[in-house]
Amino acid sequence: MIKLTVNGQEQIWDGDPSLPLLWYLRDEIGLTGTKFGCGHALCGSCTVHIGGQAARSCITAMSDVGGQTVTTIEGLDPNGDHPVQKAWRQENVPQCGFCQAGQIMQAAALLKENPHPSHEDIRDTMSGNICRCGCYQRIEAAIRLAATGA
Amino acid sequence: MYKTFAIEKISRRAVLRGLGITGGLVVAAPVMSRRGMAAYVTGAGKMPHGTVNNPRVFVAITPDGMVTIIAHRSEMGTGVRTSLPMIVADEMEADWTRVQVRQAPGDEVKYGNQDTDGSRSTRHYLIPMRQVGAAARMMLEAAAAKRWNVPVTEVKAVGHEVVHSGTGRKLGYGELAADAAAQPVVAVADLRLKDPKDFRYIGKGRVSIVDLHDITTGKAMYGSDTRLPGLKYAVIARPPVVGGKLVSFDATDAMKVPGVEKVIEVRGWPWPSKFQPLGGVAVIARNTGAAIMGRDALKVVWDDGANARYDSIAYRAELEDAARKPGLVVRNNGDPEGALKSADKVIVGEYYLPHLAHASMEPPVATARVTGDKAEIWAPVQSPGGTREDVAKTLGISPENVTVNVTLLGGGFGRKSKCDFALEAALLSKAVGAPVKVQWTREDDVRHDFYHTVSAERIEAGLDKSGKVIAWRHRSVAPTIASTFAAGAKHAAPFELGMGLVDLPFDIPNIRCENPEASAYTRIGWFRSVSNIPRAFAVQSMVAEIAQQTGRDPKDMLLDLIGPARIVDTGVKDMWDYGEPLDSYPIDAGRLRKVVELVADKGNWGRSVPKGHGLGIAVHRSFVSYIATIVEVAVDGKGKLTIPRVDTAIDCGTFVNPERIQSQIEGAAIMGLSLAKYGEVTFKNGRTVQGNFDDFPVVRIDEAPIVTNVHIMPAGPDVPPSGVGEPGLPPFAPALCNAIFAATGKRIRSLPIGKQLEST
Repeated sequence: MIKLTVNGQEQIWDGDPSLPLLWYLRDEIGLTGTKFGCGHALCGSCTVHIGGQAARSCITAMSDVGGQTVTTIEGLDPNGDHPVQKAWRQENVPQCGFCQAGQIMQAAALLKENPHPSHEDIRDTMSGNICRCGCYQRIEAAIRLAATGA
Repeated sequence: MYKTFAIEKISRRAVLRGLGITGGLVVAAPVMSRRGMAAYVTGAGKMPHGTVNNPRVFVAITPDGMVTIIAHRSEMGTGVRTSLPMIVADEMEADWTRVQVRQAPGDEVKYGNQDTDGSRSTRHYLIPMRQVGAAARMMLEAAAAKRWNVPVTEVKAVGHEVVHSGTGRKLGYGELAADAAAQPVVAVADLRLKDPKDFRYIGKGRVSIVDLHDITTGKAMYGSDTRLPGLKYAVIARPPVVGGKLVSFDATDAMKVPGVEKVIEVRGWPWPSKFQPLGGVAVIARNTGAAIMGRDALKVVWDDGANARYDSIAYRAELEDAARKPGLVVRNNGDPEGALKSADKVIVGEYYLPHLAHASMEPPVATARVTGDKAEIWAPVQSPGGTREDVAKTLGISPENVTVNVTLLGGGFGRKSKCDFALEAALLSKAVGAPVKVQWTREDDVRHDFYHTVSAERIEAGLDKSGKVIAWRHRSVAPTIASTFAAGAKHAAPFELGMGLVDLPFDIPNIRCENPEASAYTRIGWFRSVSNIPRAFAVQSMVAEIAQQTGRDPKDMLLDLIGPARIVDTGVKDMWDYGEPLDSYPIDAGRLRKVVELVADKGNWGRSVPKGHGLGIAVHRSFVSYIATIVEVAVDGKGKLTIPRVDTAIDCGTFVNPERIQSQIEGAAIMGLSLAKYGEVTFKNGRTVQGNFDDFPVVRIDEAPIVTNVHIMPAGPDVPPSGVGEPGLPPFAPALCNAIFAATGKRIRSLPIGKQLEST
């Protein structure tokens, strides 16, 4: 039996401990904001925060999150008004939007660690998150906006 | 702005109560003859089920004043779910903050054609959506005039209310909803469309996409996000070679995986069979993760069939060989053979572009609930109407008994025009007697795609003594999309010929286009901008090669080849022009010139750049739009590319949402860079070699252009609208490779670039 906290709520999983956290979140407890894009930590669509750090939920087994605190896009801010979320809307970042939850979670973790990232910092940290529509220019602009609090 | 997105039937009924629904009014094509009413005809009427412009179908108003507008096209990132309802709102004088958008299910008799592909939505629906909005506005005005007992000429709808000019009395849309619904629908001939100068939203770019808040908070519902009571999760092991089939399987180990509930065979259809499933073995589980682990534990024996010999390296040589021999003549002007023989100089360019996978961020996925002779589907499909028909055929039930709920699409790019994944879900739901979601993994997506075709392009240009191009012969060899529909198809379909081959807009007296045979050994399908990718690459690279060999500036060479402003007559009988009548959408060399001039001006063509940098230019007309791109590239000593700047000019006629045009063009630069740098799917023993983003890489943020500037040609309201979603892509790769040549002197004739620059 694995106990964990997801978006502030205690959860118990008594199924397969090798199940990737992604599928527990999506299929077992219905938090579908976290997306499946590759299954091998290659695209970042499944990014969540574990203990405040950005992590790829598609390669994180349930056995690795026992006792941990997990935050998904649904729990990033109670009103969806995290500075990164607001900046994303201000810059009209998304096209199809599918990768954006992962992008936003990665960007929120970046700004927590590094409140004033450089161009290189942004490009380096965000390079694990693929956007096939190609919203990168706006992703960088939104992170800058969130960082400056504008 | 926050909009709700619901697709439940109950909401739909509530929506449709507003204006009171009767049957749809189907018009053949939007023909407008009155002044100020955009006098042009589109090909919309030739699409299955044409267009519908009945306000009762698309608009509902509730007594609280909320206006609900139906989006009947699929949202895959272009913004169409916002743009089309915005047209209606503008024309009916609705306040966008009091508008909600609801997604239509697949029902083309009711809504008109729903195939969201071919960059057609705005050009086919601008006028019908304006007609919907205008009719709704006039019905509201008529209702107010009746209430006040005044002539309708004395009232005017402005900003979500109707005002009486004499007395200043006002009635809100909510107060008028019931009476407006009782008014007859205004006939098209009697509609008064707004003067474009009065538009509030159309052409302004001030409206954010309706799903923006939901996307940033994780609430947006994609195909993968459907949840139903009792839902089972499935993944499928499919034959690794197209045309192969299942021999036997052993599910012993798969059944031992915790959470796996069942392993069953899925019916497959022989190749080619349009969009029917490949078949295979499905693992059904309590969650997707268990299903994937169960599939990993399956032991399956396949019969690979005839395509097991497909080897893309060997096939490349075959295609290139075919391009060196005469083929079916698909366009001929003058005497190209003679002119090539008598030319002072002949420049030959041979270009090769490989198969590509779509790799939308959301891999194919669909949910089905089949009960008795009824089926309900939730799927991210570009073709809701076609999906409905195909599900009905596959299950042997009536289309009226199939409901296709269209979710958001996590990218499409043409892949999701094929509904095979929805058919799989329907078959599995029927087989297990429960709702089933079929999730494709990334490997499934890359290995079982309807691939962008592989292609060899060979161009010979004959020059006279003065360096003028007097002859042009272009041979294009590529397996055709028609091979997915009919066995043995070896020549390009008319729509493929029309994408950058026979529509060559150059002012050259002797032109020949040929299409030698090519066989398909895998499933070929539409990929964003389709055959325009290889043709634009070949033609626009060739222009730069001629410029180089004749010592000309590439932009000047390009303008010389385009020639004077004129309507181009290709001489090709019944030439396919993106399904549009040539009268409305001719090949306009003047517009082509102007985007070249605009991009050269705004993009500061000819500016001096640092050592190791280069500028490249390309232009291409596709989806009846005109687009030119300048790329600045920097190549370091190890061959590593960076892109400091991209400029793209687009003339897409009259436009609706410039903010989304900009985002589409920014995205096209990224996708163009991806296919130029990395894009390649190869085959060995009939099997796709690649499987995920490690061996089928796409561009990431750290290699993206630093800035992409988009310059939209202000075309004016009388120019028919044209495509935006696809045409940004074709000019990017040749502009990039022309820039690489300028920077390094190395000419890239084969994509992807891969390691070709490492030796420079």
